Amino acid sequence: MSRSLTIFLLLATNLSLGQVKISGKLTDNHNKPLPGISISILNSYDGATSDSLGKYSFTTIEKGEQSLQATSAGYKSFEQKVNISDQPILLDISLKEQVTELKAVVISAGTFEASDQKRATALNPLDIVTTASANGDITSALKTLPGTQQVGESEGLFVRGGTASESKIFIDGTLVNNFFYSSEPNQATRGRFNPFLFKGTIFSSGGYSALYGQALSSVLLLESIDLPEKTSADFGFSYLGGNAGLQKLSKNKKSSWGITYSYVNLALVYNLIKQKFDYFKVPVLHEGDANFRIKTSATGMVKYFGYFSTTNVGFRNQDVDSLNFKDAFGLKNFNMYHNLSWKEYLGKGWKFNTGVSYSNNRDDIENELQDHNDKKQVINSDPLYAYKNFDVLNKGRHSNAKIVFDKRLNGLSAIRFGAEYNHSDERSTYHQYDGSQYYQRIKENILSGFAETDIYVTNNIAAKIGARAEHSQLIEDWNIAPRVSLAYKFPDNSQASVAYGIFYQDPESKYLPTRDALHFAKATHYIFQYQKITSLRTFRTELFYKKYDDLFKTGLTNGRFVAVNNNGFGDAKGAEIFWRDKKTIKNFDYWISYSYLDTKRDFLNYPFGIEPSFAAKHTASLVLKKFVTKMKTQFNASYTYATGRPYYNIAFDDNGGNYKLYDEGRTKDYNNLSLSVNYLPSLGKTNAKAFTVFVLSLTNVLGANNVYTYNYSANGKNKVAVTPPSKRFLYLGCFISLGIDRSQDAIDNHL
Amino acid sequence: MKKLSLFVVILCVASFTFAQNDRYIAAMKSNIAMVDSMMLKKNSAELANNFERIADAEKTQWLPYYYAGYCKIVQAYNEPDNSKKDAIADKSKELIDKAEAALGKENSEIDVIKSMIATARMMVDPQSRYMTYGPESADYIEKAKSLDATNPRPVLLEAEGKFYTPEQFGGGKDVAKESFDKAKELFSKFQPEAELYPTWGNGALQYFLSQYK
Repeated sequence: MSRSLTIFLLLATNLSLGQVKISGKLTDNHNKPLPGISISILNSYDGATSDSLGKYSFTTIEKGEQSLQATSAGYKSFEQKVNISDQPILLDISLKEQVTELKAVVISAGTFEASDQKRATALNPLDIVTTASANGDITSALKTLPGTQQVGESEGLFVRGGTASESKIFIDGTLVNNFFYSSEPNQATRGRFNPFLFKGTIFSSGGYSALYGQALSSVLLLESIDLPEKTSADFGFSYLGGNAGLQKLSKNKKSSWGITYSYVNLALVYNLIKQKFDYFKVPVLHEGDANFRIKTSATGMVKYFGYFSTTNVGFRNQDVDSLNFKDAFGLKNFNMYHNLSWKEYLGKGWKFNTGVSYSNNRDDIENELQDHNDKKQVINSDPLYAYKNFDVLNKGRHSNAKIVFDKRLNGLSAIRFGAEYNHSDERSTYHQYDGSQYYQRIKENILSGFAETDIYVTNNIAAKIGARAEHSQLIEDWNIAPRVSLAYKFPDNSQASVAYGIFYQDPESKYLPTRDALHFAKATHYIFQYQKITSLRTFRTELFYKKYDDLFKTGLTNGRFVAVNNNGFGDAKGAEIFWRDKKTIKNFDYWISYSYLDTKRDFLNYPFGIEPSFAAKHTASLVLKKFVTKMKTQFNASYTYATGRPYYNIAFDDNGGNYKLYDEGRTKDYNNLSLSVNYLPSLGKTNAKAFTVFVLSLTNVLGANNVYTYNYSANGKNKVAVTPPSKRFLYLGCFISLGIDRSQDAIDNHL
Repeated sequence: MKKLSLFVVILCVASFTFAQNDRYIAAMKSNIAMVDSMMLKKNSAELANNFERIADAEKTQWLPYYYAGYCKIVQAYNEPDNSKKDAIADKSKELIDKAEAALGKENSEIDVIKSMIATARMMVDPQSRYMTYGPESADYIEKAKSLDATNPRPVLLEAEGKFYTPEQFGGGKDVAKESFDKAKELFSKFQPEAELYPTWGNGALQYFLSQYK
């Protein structure tokens, strides 16, 4: 009995025996004090938080061998055994920094990345639709970023001295063909897709990852949205047309589906705003899309997006060779696009992204030579005029499949590898003036494999090293393209990066088929970047040098201009600056970009190395956005300036059997000031069933007479300026969203 | 003799666990006493650490994790550097998830903290995050109300939200008044379910009510 009592008393006294003090200092591996770190004795209440000098101190009643631990996000956990008797313990602790996404340097040379998570720079959907000059078009908004050209005579992104065909666009990892509405002569068409379909936009103006290929200049990576927040119905009206849509989220919030339809008829617009062309078929567009998204697990998701559109347009334009004639151009287009993607985390650091896409495009083009009374003219005696009567039916089928495996290693380091398959089948039936028919079919299969690794040495130094191998069935050629980028972060959180890479591309199908053996065209990029990004400000500057080799040259074969060899070459060098600031003035967001470009190339029909007609030496943009809370209105303005671009009259000299430069010049400088206003009357009315947004925008407010380039007559004696289809463009629309306060979303749905 | 030793052992173990429980309650009480003043003293990070230590030692108790999550999200609110808010909110979410796991069921007070986490994330970049986190925060407030209609804290949060929302957006002082009055009424009747259960918020309510005088 007494013995048990002794034990009991011993136990009890043991518990209340004197307290022991434990203290010391917490530092990182550079001996810098670490404040706010929790230090404790494992499985006890005793512990402390380090102060601003990294010092900690606490008393404990625990005795014997205990575990002392210190933990903090961003550092490796520290744990050490201590033996606590009755003496105070002094213990200084040094924590090792962990490589984490928050602190680590971002490998960013050449890339503009924007999404909610990685809030680097650039453009989210809201930024796009509130850029005054963009009119809700993704690539138009990108033209306010450095590296891009203000080309208005044809669509696409012309990046750092590259042509539009050197820029490729990907949705959820797979290639999109026919991203833009079908080409019409001497004007740029818009992108087909609504900015609100995408949550993230990554625009790389060079030096991009080995995951992407077949683009000599740039890639635009669009990531589609996940599940919508709520079920909603949307309607839009404007003097261009209307749209309606439904997005349905399932009750368990694990899946959703949606459909939209829009109709555009420009009859009213063209009555009100004078057009350069004489439209005998006013553009009419039917467009629909459908989607479903299913969460397959906590982290996995399957997404489908399907799209179709039909357009019908026809217009007359003054013929460049004779004042007596007009050219009447008619285009009927049908396009559909399907994209199915699946991403899943497999555990143990593995994940995969896979996707397939398919597109089918049909352009039915008819061209006629007409007189002043719009009567068809058949002048078979003069080939110059005879060939202006033709029709052509182009049918293109493209499919793309891709899989990427990703394995996370220590910290942020990772390896990635996968494969991609591109198939295209383009058929064309051409009827020349005398009714004779020419049929051609170009089939291409490109198989690619790629691997890359991200190596984070510390939070301050990282490298991305990769390579890509491609084989083209069409030109029976293969290539291997290395890509390397390095990034270093300075103590003030600014960072410097360099990137190097080789990029290959096969010939455009419009210059095929050819009898000559061809191989891939090649570009080599060297990029140096310095940037400093804080949550509300971005400063970025880049220097680049790009070398082109083996560009395609064209020649006359059987009356057609086709690629004949790889003797073309060129280079581009330049400097770019970007500054965005949301901080200085409240509710005011602005960005400035400037690009300097010095480029020359010899390709296609160029007689020798010249400045290409799509490259301006200096380009600058200023974009302003101001939200006035009291008026529930956002005011946007953008101004873009570009120096004049060169234009040429290059023609085939039958005597010499080669191309000759007969005339050249330079357009005057380009100026565009655009304004837009978004009025949100139901903003904040919490009980409102409908959310309404009014949009008014006006491009080229100052009415600058912009000239994109000049077209020459066959004899070189007449040149005609290529100008925008109308001097100014006014847009007025109203968007209503039912069921959910999608204020931003509603600003521009299918603008 | 044998019986007696067994009794002593039981007594010993019981008194030990009793002492342990006493310590738990004492430690919690002394920290909970500091919760109301943490906004002013800016020591929410330290308090969060204190609660997390208790939580990690106990593991089966949900309240220490709950308070740790609460203190952590207050730290996010107080953090002037927006770029650091997300990481603090992540930590708060981790703690509140542990609280919910320890409790093993849904709880009105836990949803109050989840609403605050969504609001903190929205504050990082209101313009582009409003669409995601605005509705999420409101949903948790509604859920907290429906799980316990007598809980004044979701009503207080809702009132604070309205108070700071510009009039043009459907908020403002006048709109918020009604909700503050409702919160006041709920606070006057509120009885915590047991010892150590949340009672915070009355101090903040008094501050806001004083703005109307």
